[in-house]
Amino acid sequence: MTATAGGIDRARVARWLQEYGVYVAVVVLLLFNVFFTANFLTLGNFRTQLVQAAPVCIVALGMALVIGTEGVDLSVGAVMALAASLIPLYLGAGPIPAIAIALVVGIVAGTFNGFLVAHLGIQPIVATLALLVGGRGLALVIANGQLVQLHDKTFLELGTGDLAGIPISVWVAGLLSVVMALLVGRTTFGRRLVAIGGNRTASALAGLPVKAVLVGVYAICGLLAAVAGVLATARLSASDPADVGMLMELSAITAVVVGGTALTGGRVRILGTVFGVILMQLVRATLIKHNLPDSTAQMVQAAIIVVAVYVARERSTR
Amino acid sequence: MTGVLQRQGAAIALVIVVAVAWFSFPRFGSLDNLRDLALQSSFLAVIALGMTFVIITGGIDLSVGSLYALGGVLAAYASQYGFLAALALPLAVCGLIGFVNGVLVARTKMAPFIVTLASLLFARGLLLAITDEGSNTYRVPADSAFIELGRGTIGGFGYPVFIALVLCVIGAVVLRRTRFGQSVFATGGAEQSALLMGLPVARTKITVYTMSGVLSGLAGALTAAYLQSGVTVIGVGTELDAISVVVIGGTLLTGGAGTVLGTVIGVGLRNVIQNIINQIGTLDSNYQSVVSGAFLLLVVILQRSLARTKTRR
Repeated sequence: MTATAGGIDRARVARWLQEYGVYVAVVVLLLFNVFFTANFLTLGNFRTQLVQAAPVCIVALGMALVIGTEGVDLSVGAVMALAASLIPLYLGAGPIPAIAIALVVGIVAGTFNGFLVAHLGIQPIVATLALLVGGRGLALVIANGQLVQLHDKTFLELGTGDLAGIPISVWVAGLLSVVMALLVGRTTFGRRLVAIGGNRTASALAGLPVKAVLVGVYAICGLLAAVAGVLATARLSASDPADVGMLMELSAITAVVVGGTALTGGRVRILGTVFGVILMQLVRATLIKHNLPDSTAQMVQAAIIVVAVYVARERSTR
Repeated sequence: MTGVLQRQGAAIALVIVVAVAWFSFPRFGSLDNLRDLALQSSFLAVIALGMTFVIITGGIDLSVGSLYALGGVLAAYASQYGFLAALALPLAVCGLIGFVNGVLVARTKMAPFIVTLASLLFARGLLLAITDEGSNTYRVPADSAFIELGRGTIGGFGYPVFIALVLCVIGAVVLRRTRFGQSVFATGGAEQSALLMGLPVARTKITVYTMSGVLSGLAGALTAAYLQSGVTVIGVGTELDAISVVVIGGTLLTGGAGTVLGTVIGVGLRNVIQNIINQIGTLDSNYQSVVSGAFLLLVVILQRSLARTKTRR
């Protein structure tokens, strides 16, 4: 059963790589940058990298849950745009109502996806594709196709402010990561989620509330996408539904998969996902700081995805 | 009855939409508008044809939009070396990337979604590298015979329209009447059974992804010939358009069932709706994606509920 090559158990190496590969890669890349990249070890640089990674991280957390149920959510970028388009409409009533409405719409969008997947049995790709296609259009219709500058100081504080020296968006991303890790690892909901992703039929036969859990997972994913949309809008000081969250679904899926969550479901790695986001951000930053063009960055990212999934595959086909 | 609805739903919708447009907008039925509509549809139809094959095998190809853009840039670049080069280079490169997609999907059992997501990024990166990070636009020389491929017309209808039609007819015949077509259906319908029956499952998958790459490259080349330059910013989201029209056309994303005619109807439906929205001058063009999304949803829910009633019986 175990294929040995040169006295090394390949399956074990693959398993180890799958579990710890992303951490090793992050450490290696960090060390490389510390030694070979000018101005890397500065507070300003770390700040920039973390602030850039925060929205991706928040979206990727939700995506990790969805992928854990053997699904995928293509609509996250569109939901970000929807959230962004709603902010200027309600900011007159104060930042809290505006944010609340944006988040509620995120939950509604996610619940809608979850309903299609769980109750109508539509494949996740198609179910969420509909909202990807329609959602950004709807956001643009709401915003009248316009970028709106925002001036509410309290709201903009979300994007530019600090708390104990750390940017607020980074706090939010960190906090949500902990919450999601606890949700997956320590709650009944988390255990059910993983069970459903592992074997949906068996879970249903065992009496688990499969549909309710699925709807919950997509609702959480929608909520997190809306949070990311709100934060991105605050950082930009403008609501730009045409651009916010563009191709976010791809970045999030990439980070989740690179972090060791299996596309075949039944395996969720929250810490891995966070490191997946950090890894992709580091790769980008490293290439840019060494004056390698965007084209190279994209091709390197493509290679990383293929390698990561190839490694992950060994275990799933066991 | 349900069977007819499921198979002909998109066709019925197309007839209704066209009829409404014909009577409501005098400009819709004009020959100029129809020619334009056909030409715009032809590029997407070529891409969606390849996607139809891929989806019937139970796969998906997210790289088509990037390959479409890459094909256009390569064609415009190569057009300085003559007509054949302008056609051969994009087909070869995009075909090769499609081939690699197929090999990765078939031989390593990696998810098609991820494999083609990676090549979506890779092809965009390659395109950026060729064009000096998107700053360099290659133009097709004004005296090049290649331009004729995109600009030439028969009875006012552009060559791309006829090329797309011929390819779709060939595609339909291949799918319905050849052993390869049988393998495509069998691979998507029940892969294990197909393997046990001794069908060349891996080879079939590699072939459909290669086809999808070549066709996307061809659509790019045709677009470059029509626009007389390689535009780097096209093709973003085209993979989703292609998937949408294939699904609207009745091909099941789970694989094993689908028709080329359905895809052609799906393309027509999408572009007629877009055309109508453009005709209603007051309607925000952003409504187009809202309508497309809603329509996709409607079709999928309909397909799903009809499939259920069928199995219940």
